[in-house]
Amino acid sequence: MTTAARPLLSVRNLVTRFGRGRGAVTAVDDVSFDVGVGETVAIVGESGSGKSVTALSILRLIPSPPGRIESGEILFEGRDLTKLSEREIMEIRGNRIAMIFQEPMSSLNPVLTVGLQVAEPINVHRRKPWDAALGTAKQLLGRVRMSDAESRLRAYPHQFSGGMRQRAMIAMALACEPRLIIADEPTTALDVTVQAQILDLLKDLAQGSRCSLILITHDLGVVARYADRVVVMYGGRVVEQAPARELYANPRHPYTRGLMASVPRLDGDTSKRLVPIDGQPPNLARLPAGCAFAPRCRQATDLCHRERPALAEIGPQHQTACWLETPAHV
Amino acid sequence: MRRLLALIPTLLFASLIVFATVRMIPGDVIDMMLSQNDLAADKLSREQLVQALGLDKPMAEQYLIWIAGILKGDFGQSLWQSTPVLELVLQRLPVTFELGVIALAVGLVIALPIGVYSAVRQDTVGDFLARSFSILLLAVPSFWMGTMVMVFPSIWWGWSPEVNYVKFGDDPIQNLKQMIVPAMVLGASLSAVTMRMTRTMMLEVLRQDYIRTARAKGLNQRLVIMRHALRNALIPVITLVGLQAPLLIGGAIVIEQIFVIPGMGLLLLEAVNQRDYPIITGVFLTVGLAVMLINLMVDLSYGLLDPRVRTR
Ligand SMILES: Nc1ncnc2c1ncn2[C@@H]1O[C@H](COP(=O)(O)OP(=O)(O)O)[C@@H](O)[C@H]1O
Ligand code: SF4
Ligand SMILES: [Mg+2]
Repeated sequence: MTTAARPLLSVRNLVTRFGRGRGAVTAVDDVSFDVGVGETVAIVGESGSGKSVTALSILRLIPSPPGRIESGEILFEGRDLTKLSEREIMEIRGNRIAMIFQEPMSSLNPVLTVGLQVAEPINVHRRKPWDAALGTAKQLLGRVRMSDAESRLRAYPHQFSGGMRQRAMIAMALACEPRLIIADEPTTALDVTVQAQILDLLKDLAQGSRCSLILITHDLGVVARYADRVVVMYGGRVVEQAPARELYANPRHPYTRGLMASVPRLDGDTSKRLVPIDGQPPNLARLPAGCAFAPRCRQATDLCHRERPALAEIGPQHQTACWLETPAHV
Repeated sequence: MRRLLALIPTLLFASLIVFATVRMIPGDVIDMMLSQNDLAADKLSREQLVQALGLDKPMAEQYLIWIAGILKGDFGQSLWQSTPVLELVLQRLPVTFELGVIALAVGLVIALPIGVYSAVRQDTVGDFLARSFSILLLAVPSFWMGTMVMVFPSIWWGWSPEVNYVKFGDDPIQNLKQMIVPAMVLGASLSAVTMRMTRTMMLEVLRQDYIRTARAKGLNQRLVIMRHALRNALIPVITLVGLQAPLLIGGAIVIEQIFVIPGMGLLLLEAVNQRDYPIITGVFLTVGLAVMLINLMVDLSYGLLDPRVRTR
C-alpha cells in the first residue's frame, strides 16, 4: 500500500539496549520502518532477533533497568513517543496503540474476571463507569465471536482455552478503538487449527475499523496471507524490507531466502524439501564485526566478515542489507 | 465440614503427645502439695492424695479417662482448686485471642505497605531502609523488645504500662490502651518475616506477563500495583501468616508474662509452676486446636483470593 500521506507510525533509527558497559546487548540496532494507515506490517525473524523488543519499545514498555531506548524516534500521529512523559505515554497505551502478547496463558491476570480485564481500558481511558464499560466489554466479546458473552464476562482466565484467552486479548485490544494494534506472535502458543482462526479474526476486525496492524511472527507462511509489507529482522537489525508480494516473488537477502526455504510455501510446490537454516541465531552480546549473518551464510565473502552492509534501496520500496546487492561488492 | 472432621485424628495424636510430655515435666505435684501447709493440715496421706487425684492409675488408663472426658466436654479439674479446666481456659482464651488479633493486625499494617513499597522501589534508598528495618525486627527477640518497652520509658519518663488488667467488656478504651503496647511489640516481631515475604512475592508478581499487559493497557502505577499485583502477591503471604500462627501464640505467651496480661500464657505458666497437669494439657490442646483452625481458615481464604482454587 502506497501512502503519499504521512504514515501512522514511523520508527526512525531505533536503538534499544540492555545492560551497561561490556555486558551491554544492543537488542534493536538502528531499526527503521513505517506503518501506513490501515496497513498490516509483518516483522519476521527467528527468536532472539529483536522483534519483541522493537514492539515493546514503541509503547515504551521495555523493563528498565536493564533496558532503555538509546536513540531514535518513534513518530506516531505526529508525536515522538520517545519524548513523551510517562503520563502522556499512558494515555496512548491501550487507547491509541494496543498490544497483544504471545503467551495467552500468562498474559491475563488469573485473579480478575475476564470482563473486568476487557472493560478496564474503557474505564480508564473513556472514564466510563464500570457497568457501562462492562456493557461494552460484552459487545466486544461478541465481536471476537465468543458465544454466551454474558457468562464469559464473569469467568476467570483459567476457565478459558488458549484460543479463547487470545480472543479475550483481542477484545481488550479493540476496546478503545485504537489506531494501531501490535500483535507479538499472537498465535505461536496455540494449536495449529486455532492459529488461522485467530489471525483471520484479528485481520478482519482491524480492517473493519481501518486500524493498522503490526504482526510479529517467525512464520513466513503467516506473512504471505496477512501482511501488506514485511520487515525481516536478524540480530537486532533490519536485513530486508519489501511489500509482501515483492518479497515472496523476489527475496534478495540470503537470510530471507533461508527462511522461505524453511517454511512450506502456500503457493504449491510441495515437492521441494524444507531446509532449515544451518547454525544458531546470533549471540547479540558477541555480534561479528561485519554482516551478522556471515557465520551462517553460504555466500559470505571476506568483505562480509569485515564490514557490515548498509540497508540499501534495490527496487521500488524494496531494501536489503547484503553485499551481494550492493555495488561496493564488485 | 469434612475439613473439620479431618482435624480429629490430628487432634487425637496431638493429645497423646501433650499428655505424655506433660507428665515428663520434672517435679511432682504430690510433693508440692504435701509441702504446703494448708494441705498438710488436712492430714491427707500421700496415698490418699494420689488416689484422690486419680494419679494412682496406669498412664494409659489415665489418658483414656481424660480423653473420654473431653469427648463429653469435660476437660477435668484443676488439681489445686478443683475449678473445671474448661472454665479457666474459656476465661483466659478471649484475652489471648484479643492480643493475638491486634498483634496480627499491627503486624500486617506494618508489613504489607512497607513490603509493597520496598518491592516497587527495589534497590532505592527507601528499599534499603525498609530491608534494614525488617532485619532489625528479625534480630530483636520480642521478649527483649517487650522488656525494653517496660523498662526504658519508666526510667526516662516515669511511664510504665498498666499492669492491673481491665476486661474489654468492662472498659473497652482502657482495655485497648493496655493491650496496644504489648500487641505492637508482638506484631512488630511477626511483621519482619511477612514484610520480606511480601517484598519477594511482589517482585515476583511484577515480573509476570499479566503485569506487562496491565501496563500496556495504559494503567497507572497505582492501579497496576493495587488492582493487578497485590492480590496475586498476597496469596503466598497468607500461607506464611498461617504458618506463623504457632509463633504468634508462642509469642503471646511470652508477652503476657512480661506485661502481666491474664491470658492463656499466664495460666500456662502458673499451671506449670504448680504441675497442674489437667490445666497444662487443657491449654496445650486449646492452642493446638486454635492452630489447626487458623490453618483451616487460611486454606479457605485462598478461595477468596484465588479463583483457581474456588472453582476446583
Ligand atoms: N528483559 C531483558 N533483559 C535483557 N535482555 C533482554 C531482555 N529482553 C530482551 N533482551 C535481549 O534482546 C534480545 C532480543 O529479544 P526479543 O526482542 O525478545 O527477540 P524476539 O525476536 O524473539 O522477540 C534477546 O535475545 C535478549 O538478548
Ligand atoms: S552480506 Fe555477505 S554474509 Fe551477509 S548476507 Fe550478504 S552475502 Fe551473506
Ligand atoms: Mg518475541
